[in-house]
Amino acid sequence: MILRLAFGSLRARALTVGLTVLAIALSVALFLGVEKVRTGARASFADTISGTDLIVGARSGSVQLMLYSVFRIGNATNNVTWQSYQDIAARDEVDWIVPISLGDSHRQFRVMGTTPAFFEHYKYRGGRALQITPGAGLDDLYDAVIGADVAAALGYAVDDPIVVSHGLASFTEHDDQPFRVAGIIAKTGTPVDRTVIVSLQAIEAIHVDWQSGAQQPGQSTPVEQIRQMDLTPKAITAAMVGVKSRLQVFALQRWINEYPEEPLLAVLPGLALQELWQIVGLAETALVGVSAMVVVTALLGMTAMIFSSLNERRREMAIWRAMGARPGVILGLLVLEAVLMAALGALLGMALLYGALALARPLIDAAFGLWLPLDPPGLRELWGMLAVIGAAALASLLPALRAYRLSLADGMMVRI
Amino acid sequence: MPESSDLHTPAIDLTGVEFHWGRRSGFSLDVPRFQVARRESVLLLGQSGSGKSTLLSLICGIVTAQSGKVTVGGTDLATLRAGARDRFRAEQIGVIFQQFNLLPYGSVADNILLPLNFAPERRQRAGDAHAKAGHLCQALGLPSGLLASPAGRLSVGQQQRVAVARALIGNPPLIVADEPTSALDAATQDNFLGLLFEQTAEAGSALLMVSHDERLAPRFDRVLRLEDIARIERAAA
Repeated sequence: MILRLAFGSLRARALTVGLTVLAIALSVALFLGVEKVRTGARASFADTISGTDLIVGARSGSVQLMLYSVFRIGNATNNVTWQSYQDIAARDEVDWIVPISLGDSHRQFRVMGTTPAFFEHYKYRGGRALQITPGAGLDDLYDAVIGADVAAALGYAVDDPIVVSHGLASFTEHDDQPFRVAGIIAKTGTPVDRTVIVSLQAIEAIHVDWQSGAQQPGQSTPVEQIRQMDLTPKAITAAMVGVKSRLQVFALQRWINEYPEEPLLAVLPGLALQELWQIVGLAETALVGVSAMVVVTALLGMTAMIFSSLNERRREMAIWRAMGARPGVILGLLVLEAVLMAALGALLGMALLYGALALARPLIDAAFGLWLPLDPPGLRELWGMLAVIGAAALASLLPALRAYRLSLADGMMVRI
Repeated sequence: MPESSDLHTPAIDLTGVEFHWGRRSGFSLDVPRFQVARRESVLLLGQSGSGKSTLLSLICGIVTAQSGKVTVGGTDLATLRAGARDRFRAEQIGVIFQQFNLLPYGSVADNILLPLNFAPERRQRAGDAHAKAGHLCQALGLPSGLLASPAGRLSVGQQQRVAVARALIGNPPLIVADEPTSALDAATQDNFLGLLFEQTAEAGSALLMVSHDERLAPRFDRVLRLEDIARIERAAA
């Protein structure tokens, strides 16, 4: 019955209580939302590459290698010679190896040269393979397979011609050798969606007349002649490696890192990601901290609201006291009200978050390539909500203690 | 009926009571001797601000005297700790205020049953408390079906009658009323007092009412003036 009366008391002050609950709900939604985006972003990063044991590139930082080879963020400082690549490929431990050659672009999208093995071995989101629909894989020298975002952004369909630009954000076009869209990769939620994939030989072919990063003036080798040439690349940007047995990963990694002919670096994608999180972690902590402060602000608002209601409720407390309620009951009543408000706020916040998530998910995916999962609330969220409710109880102790003292002083004889 | 079955134990017995609100407030209340017998109805007359409320607070165990003895139904309140005094009040005393007696957000039934939450023995005495609340409402002339409606919607007269029902539920041996009629018009007053006396007699409770209104006097067994039983001092402010 006391619980029912507490509910009744809240209902009787529906407007102020409603606003307070709304403030708590918004703050909880923000807090959980930040948490959701944070874990979503991590999961999305972690989902981008799976099944690859080592990534090999020229010696730089492991995070940098990871970023430019898998996420197409930043650039390689150096290349890996074809000779080194072949030495690695020849190792016993190596099950498969896929070369990657980056450097050119098409509009705002990067062009990646690779071998058909890429489509076989690149796996994302726990082992899913790429699917080319519609169209087919790389067949002809001038075939290109494009990611879903490339197709959507530029309106390409299979068999459309595309021209690759030299370098990134450059005005020099490889317009003498146009490509054909051979296939479009179904949406993956990874950087592959924003990549134009061609064969390694094609990368070599469009640079036939180029030296030291510039086109030789007046030279233009006819396409027919290029097709007859040996288009084995001299260097690649990086390579993805799968080993036969996971136990061999570290041995192979050491061998590559100590490769005498050229300074190379091999990293385990998982470890490199860990390193990345350590860097990003600070910003994440700041974000979580800010959203936690918003929750604290909402709870402070609630405390202020309870404080300001105390005066007009002295009469009510006198009634409770006259009926035999100990001052402790008054204190408990106010804490109970705060807990009810916080619980309502937390639940409403959760509902808000899931509602907003359901609506905004496709938009977030389109804008940031971030697919947030709509999982049921996990243990983490529940703990978060419990923490909010606990903090509310704690915060309400301040006005509750004041009410306790007031009711001791007033007794049951308040004249208002 | 409650524990002390001795019918000669007074409902209220104050002896040599001295009370002051803190040292500097300048207000003090001395009651050499004041008694209310069981089932007796006593009207205590005094102007507002004359210390009536302080006296009621002493009797209800909300405040404690610095010296002297306050005994209610044979129990010396000074021997009880604060929590036990609150429980004692819930068990033994029905309180009716001048006005604003009810929690406006609770139903009429909630309000009537409220003291029983803090008084398990009184709850037991009441038996089927909900049915008892219904009977009391009926006896007090409240429309049936009122039990479920929110107390805040009732007229002042109805609210005061609900307050009487709340004071009487579980038959506490003492009813304390602080100017319960001052918010009512003359006609309603008379009707209200009739019902109050009738039900208090039925419950077998003693009634101590404080008021400034001498016209109420004829109904009571005994009428006293506050200044006759108490010496009150206040600093010239």
